[in-house]
Amino acid sequence: MARTRNAVATREAPPARRSRKGPVTKTPEGISPSTQPELWTGPDRHLLDLDHVSTQEITEILRSTDGMKEVLSRRVRKTPALRGKTIVTLFFEASTRTRVSFEQAGKVLGADVINVTASASSVTKGESLLNTVRTLESMHVDVLVIRHPHSGAPYFVASHIDAPVVNAGDGTHAHPTQALLDLYTIESHLGGVAGKKIAIIGDLLYSRVARSNLWGLTKMGANVVVYGPPTLMPPELDNAEGLDGVVRAASMEEAVDEADVVMMLRIQRERQAAGHLPSMREYSRVYGLNARRLKLAKPGALVMHPGPMNEGIEISPDVAHGAQAVIEEQVANGVAVRMAVLYMLAARGASGR
Amino acid sequence: MAASRKGIAIIGGRVIDPSHGIDRVCDLLIENGVIEAITDGSGDSAIDGYEVIDAMGQVVTPGFIDVHTHLREPGEEHKEDIASGTLAAARGGFTTVCAMPNTEPTQDNASVLEWVVRRSAEVGAVRVLPIGAVTVGRKGETLADMAEMAAAGAIGFSDDGDPVVDANLMRQALSYASGLGNGGLAIMNHCQEPALTRGAQMNEGAVSNRLGLAGWPNEAESGMVARDIELAALSGGRLHICHLSTRQAVEYVRTAKKRGINVTAEVTPHHLTITDEWVLGHHGEAVAAVDVAAYDTATKVNPPLRTRDDVEAVIEGLRDGTIDMIATDHAPHAQTDKLCTYEEAANGIANLETAFASVLSLYHSGAMELPVLIERMTAAPARFLGRAAGVPLGTLEPGGPADVTVFDPDLEWTVNPDEFASRGKNTPLAGTTLKGRVTLTVYGGAIAHDFSRQGAAVDA
Amino acid sequence: MASGTSEIQGKVILSASEVRRALIRIAHEMLERNGGPQGLALVGIKKRGVQIAHRLAGALEAIEGQPIDVGGLDPRLYRDDLEVAGTKPVQPTEINFDVENRPVVLVDDVLYTGRTIRAAMDALIDFGRPASIQLAVLVDRGHRELPIRADFVGKNVPTAGNEAIRVLLQELDGEDSVLLVRTPEEESV
Repeated sequence: MARTRNAVATREAPPARRSRKGPVTKTPEGISPSTQPELWTGPDRHLLDLDHVSTQEITEILRSTDGMKEVLSRRVRKTPALRGKTIVTLFFEASTRTRVSFEQAGKVLGADVINVTASASSVTKGESLLNTVRTLESMHVDVLVIRHPHSGAPYFVASHIDAPVVNAGDGTHAHPTQALLDLYTIESHLGGVAGKKIAIIGDLLYSRVARSNLWGLTKMGANVVVYGPPTLMPPELDNAEGLDGVVRAASMEEAVDEADVVMMLRIQRERQAAGHLPSMREYSRVYGLNARRLKLAKPGALVMHPGPMNEGIEISPDVAHGAQAVIEEQVANGVAVRMAVLYMLAARGASGR
Repeated sequence: MAASRKGIAIIGGRVIDPSHGIDRVCDLLIENGVIEAITDGSGDSAIDGYEVIDAMGQVVTPGFIDVHTHLREPGEEHKEDIASGTLAAARGGFTTVCAMPNTEPTQDNASVLEWVVRRSAEVGAVRVLPIGAVTVGRKGETLADMAEMAAAGAIGFSDDGDPVVDANLMRQALSYASGLGNGGLAIMNHCQEPALTRGAQMNEGAVSNRLGLAGWPNEAESGMVARDIELAALSGGRLHICHLSTRQAVEYVRTAKKRGINVTAEVTPHHLTITDEWVLGHHGEAVAAVDVAAYDTATKVNPPLRTRDDVEAVIEGLRDGTIDMIATDHAPHAQTDKLCTYEEAANGIANLETAFASVLSLYHSGAMELPVLIERMTAAPARFLGRAAGVPLGTLEPGGPADVTVFDPDLEWTVNPDEFASRGKNTPLAGTTLKGRVTLTVYGGAIAHDFSRQGAAVDA
Repeated sequence: MASGTSEIQGKVILSASEVRRALIRIAHEMLERNGGPQGLALVGIKKRGVQIAHRLAGALEAIEGQPIDVGGLDPRLYRDDLEVAGTKPVQPTEINFDVENRPVVLVDDVLYTGRTIRAAMDALIDFGRPASIQLAVLVDRGHRELPIRADFVGKNVPTAGNEAIRVLLQELDGEDSVLLVRTPEEESV
């Protein structure tokens, strides 16, 4: 069981508090040399994104998801695995579907789940986020699930709390459990993602789903092709470190051509207001998935969407509800994936106490 | 103790005074608050009666000048005040700091400036020269009373923290200030095109993309630098570019100087030494995965930390004189201003006490000659101040104020913000080791900082 | 749970033929105890217990000539040692038959502390209310920590704390044998 891939903070040194590395002598120019990426021994006690999760861990989470899916199919959908454990979902953004998914996952595992919703806009100073987290910690939280409109908020929280932290979506950064459930959904249909062509289409710039999926899919060996309006493509995507195997398509047709999976991203209407897009009508015509375009993909190619969908904009209703769509399955798999994650992290948290 | 003596003799050090091209081992004699003499191998008799400071193996230079400091007083004394800020300056080897006007109330009128001058004279450990606001309330709408502020001691004008966005207002400001002081006062602009930096948290690039943080592209700076250069040419005014951070802006300034346009520029220690990779945590070391050390709010600063390529460009710009001087942009903040998400965090680095040691890495790496580096912190900012300072600064010329800095270029130390005199503990350098330390700061002939006494300041 | 390969060195407790004979004997004992195969179901505990359950079912079918329901169960989610249990993926439990009012025999390779069996019983009960729950193991190595005993035992092997039992099965390991191996530290089974 050699773990040589990267994960983040080792269990030996739980990063309970933000700790600095030892003194670092600055090099000439004062710029640190570009060193080889460190090898992490893992496993990490948090799930913040997929970049720090090894392929082996991803595989184990997906296998565990099989087991969790079976639990969800039982007559008695309840196990005592996390009995006596408290899971807090701390949501600074409205998201019924994700919150409920985590809540159900925790409850099926027997944990007590406390839902806290807060508004980031009413929190004018970050001190309040820290205070909230410290208050929760003093109430003995075993796993903290957090969603926050600011990128990196779960990292900040994780550096100030002993309990494992699950990132349920942070700003425009990451959404690792969505990427895991997408991997699981693809795998359950295609047997795996390695060597498969996965087209991700839409707003890659602001999509935390896409960002985490790029890590997950490339780690697991998929050929990822991305396409979207140039205004919504990260300028650095082409040479992004560690994201080997991501290719930018020149057209919608090229992106979808012979794809095994077509993953459509939600387009936020505020992108139009911010000047990224002329109109939703044009977006739909140029960047939307319809039956005609889907024909270019492999027969039986999967159609995915993280939801909630703008039907008629990024995806036409016939495709969204067509035979190739696995969108509802994604939602169902979400609970099982989150059970696997919560169970794994609760165990790691318990061993650290 | 010094009072009972004749004066101070700093002997045996390598004296570097770029204002006179001096770079040799000799002695410096200080008496009655002024530089008495620079003498070669003065015998025991010559220093008889002086408080003798042995500077063997150390470097003796004019006191450093910082044209860009935030002292926070009046109004934000929980972040810093004139006493703590100037003490931090003394520890960092600075004997003159120019206080930016983003105080509360704003330094946008003569009475606030006069208050700052008076307060600084009372509690300041070093000299404080005020900078007035360009516009009333730094709102970018109406020109502030610049002539009255000049009379009250303003050495230049800036809405720092915010740019003068309106091109016409900038033109008028440059033009108006050109008639003030003796030979014109500079408009010190914070160049940031606001429409290109809406919501921006850090430099736009690979790291911002990886972290999902909204980016601040280089062009938001360089575009306004280009505009301001044209406006300086148009108005004939003095333009000063604050905290220049991008390769493109260096190029614009270089070309402008060739065209003979009256433009100067400053660069901060952090833009000379660290990159946007520091936002990933781990002091800029490559990381395989983003971890909880990332989103280090101590790295949040405006303009943001840039790429390696920009760092190389500003170093080259400083070396060849395109960038005239180093300025700290010392921006102290309370802990709570940084103990939050990256998006919520305040911009700024508390810089005064690490600035010199940071930039000394340019000398240790061979990127810059020591006298050139010293020039950028002494003679160059003194030229910028010109006669506005009232006294000759940035020089060891006999008869001038005895502002002297002594440093050990090879002394290594680990940055511990808890030991800062500044109330701002916000620095990404915490825990890093720097090479070179200011050991003695003399301001106006009195010792303002003596490292051998555990860094405890002796009141000037 | 014993995990290993044929390279593992240790003292052979049961050879391949002894394993085979032990399972046939247990099959007979089960029939005797339950008065025949009527209603009998086997549920193996993952993962080696599942293979053994299938072999026992094969033996029962050979004797009685009628099919026996066999399931597999992962008791991980019912264990009392989350910090250890949670380090491995949870496997799907496969009980595709009704356990209500039937005699169900739990099958495992090694009986040790009894904690796994306790967890397995709790898991099984979530699928219905069996008429009875019995336990069959290939090896009982002692050291019980709960009031649990096996109804059917292939072989009793007194062990020391620094010893462990490795059960190798053809389906997983390429050979059948049971080994007694020394471990530097006490092994969790």
